[in-house]
Amino acid sequence: MSIDRDTVVRIARLSRIAMEEDALEPMAEELNGILAWVEQLGEVDTEGVEPMTGAIAATLPQRDDAAQAGTPTDDLLANAPEADDGFFVVPRVVE
Amino acid sequence: MSALTALTVAGARAGLAGRAFSARELVDAHIAAIEAERGLNAFVAETFDRARAGADAADARIAAGEARLLEGIPLAVKDLFCTRGVRSQACSKILSGFEPPYESTVTANLWAAGALMLGKTNMDEFAMGSANVTSAEGPVVNPWRREGDDKALVPGGSSGGSAAAVAARLCLGATGTDTGGSIRQPAAFCGIVGMKPTYGRCSRWGMIAFASSLDQAGPLTRTVEDAALMLQAMAGRDPKDSTSIDRPVPDYAASLTGDVRDLTIGVPAEYRMEGMPAEIEALWAEGVRWFREAGAKVVDVSLPLTRYALPTYYIVAPAEASSNLARYDGVRYGLRVDGDDPTEMYARTRAEGFGREVRRRILIGTYVLSAGYYDAYYLKAQKVRTLIARDFERAFESVDAVLTPTAPFAAFAIGEKMDDPIAMYLNDVFTVPASLAGLPAISVPAGLTGDGLPLGLHLIARPFDEPTLFRAAGVLESAAAFSQRPPAPGATP
Repeated sequence: MSIDRDTVVRIARLSRIAMEEDALEPMAEELNGILAWVEQLGEVDTEGVEPMTGAIAATLPQRDDAAQAGTPTDDLLANAPEADDGFFVVPRVVE
Repeated sequence: MSALTALTVAGARAGLAGRAFSARELVDAHIAAIEAERGLNAFVAETFDRARAGADAADARIAAGEARLLEGIPLAVKDLFCTRGVRSQACSKILSGFEPPYESTVTANLWAAGALMLGKTNMDEFAMGSANVTSAEGPVVNPWRREGDDKALVPGGSSGGSAAAVAARLCLGATGTDTGGSIRQPAAFCGIVGMKPTYGRCSRWGMIAFASSLDQAGPLTRTVEDAALMLQAMAGRDPKDSTSIDRPVPDYAASLTGDVRDLTIGVPAEYRMEGMPAEIEALWAEGVRWFREAGAKVVDVSLPLTRYALPTYYIVAPAEASSNLARYDGVRYGLRVDGDDPTEMYARTRAEGFGREVRRRILIGTYVLSAGYYDAYYLKAQKVRTLIARDFERAFESVDAVLTPTAPFAAFAIGEKMDDPIAMYLNDVFTVPASLAGLPAISVPAGLTGDGLPLGLHLIARPFDEPTLFRAAGVLESAAAFSQRPPAPGATP
């Protein structure tokens, strides 16, 4: 499996990362280098092996479903690039 | 060098308790040291006023006989930890100006134990790197130099600022985070102790996420005892992180008995890497001899899947990163680059906000999780990860700890290993297996290369067996008697 220019365009779009046209081929080459290297995992027999999903076996703890103190709106908006009247301001979506 | 900055955490505690000096004097000495060493670029934010005010409060508590575990101890905090009202940007441009309205659990625990924050330390962007060269704040300079060579060296990464700060005596200890070796490898490069606890031992709440199934906080210090003291304060169950484990936190420092006669140490042949310098091989053999002399039994163990750990990691970690970093969209905090519509705004913000290595890993992660490739890459890697964890389980049936080198080479010059990502990834070849298996591990400074750079030895133990890990590490530390220090402050650019 190898990554071509079009694949880079596709995954860059999925990742929401804008890429310049002249950066696509070099990125494809870099990603192919890494993928060729990780493909050695194909040598490992994993027939019947369960995928690991957590590092340490533990059951998920439960807590009472009770309301907890929230974060004040002013705190939440303190870092916003743009805010107005208790809301985040984003570019217009609907004309 | 001020005598106060040369102290250990344990020594500073004793001095404060005995009123040999005040917390304020201790903090002021460290502030002066940081000011003299700004050329290292170890700190990205300084919180001196807060440290001084905290020191005065600590002195009052000490006078009142109410000192806590780390009362008045000045520490540095990796920029990956959210600290209320103080920049927390994981050294990424995308988090420009971000000052969290909340405090991470690990740092809150440290402050509740009386510790003081001197500032935030430099790091690889989002902890993705092994040389601290991917930071948006520029590289960190290792306080060590090769003998007769003035070239600036990397401190390792990703906790490079923390490691350099501790090695250069700018703080008594620092927090780090370790996803594939980001505490242990920089500790080895800087000649200090770096410890990664069992996954789940420390809460991840308020730590800026990289790869959630691997990320774990831990201490960087100058002695094993100091690491035990710091972890004591950092660890514990947190209702805000469901993967933090509800188990008592033992008295780690008390486990440092110096007696390893009941322990069996395993040496895995698979960590003998082609091209590894002979002096690292020799140091490893020395480590074996030290444990034998201390009365431990040393045996060969086999961890057959070791060579597959690094490629497994470079599927799992980018996959999790691509998901975790999806949240940075320029809407609610950090950098925003405008576009004609929201989608364009996201794409431009992320292109400008993320550095090259982070973009590369997001793309790899997106690819291995995408339809048609998920089974071949991601699922396959998760299965190999199961087998790597089983390797360790089997080994720990017959040994109590595993001894390896920490890294396959010593610190290198800034700018080296930059052309080929895989050459850089090899930094973590010996630390990644324990990360994948979630095991506690520690790097102890154990010797020098022929040209005078520090080398570390690495111990790995069973899950939640930090007491045995610290005990074995303490014996290694005593036997190695590593007392070398980097050049005196001010000698660095």
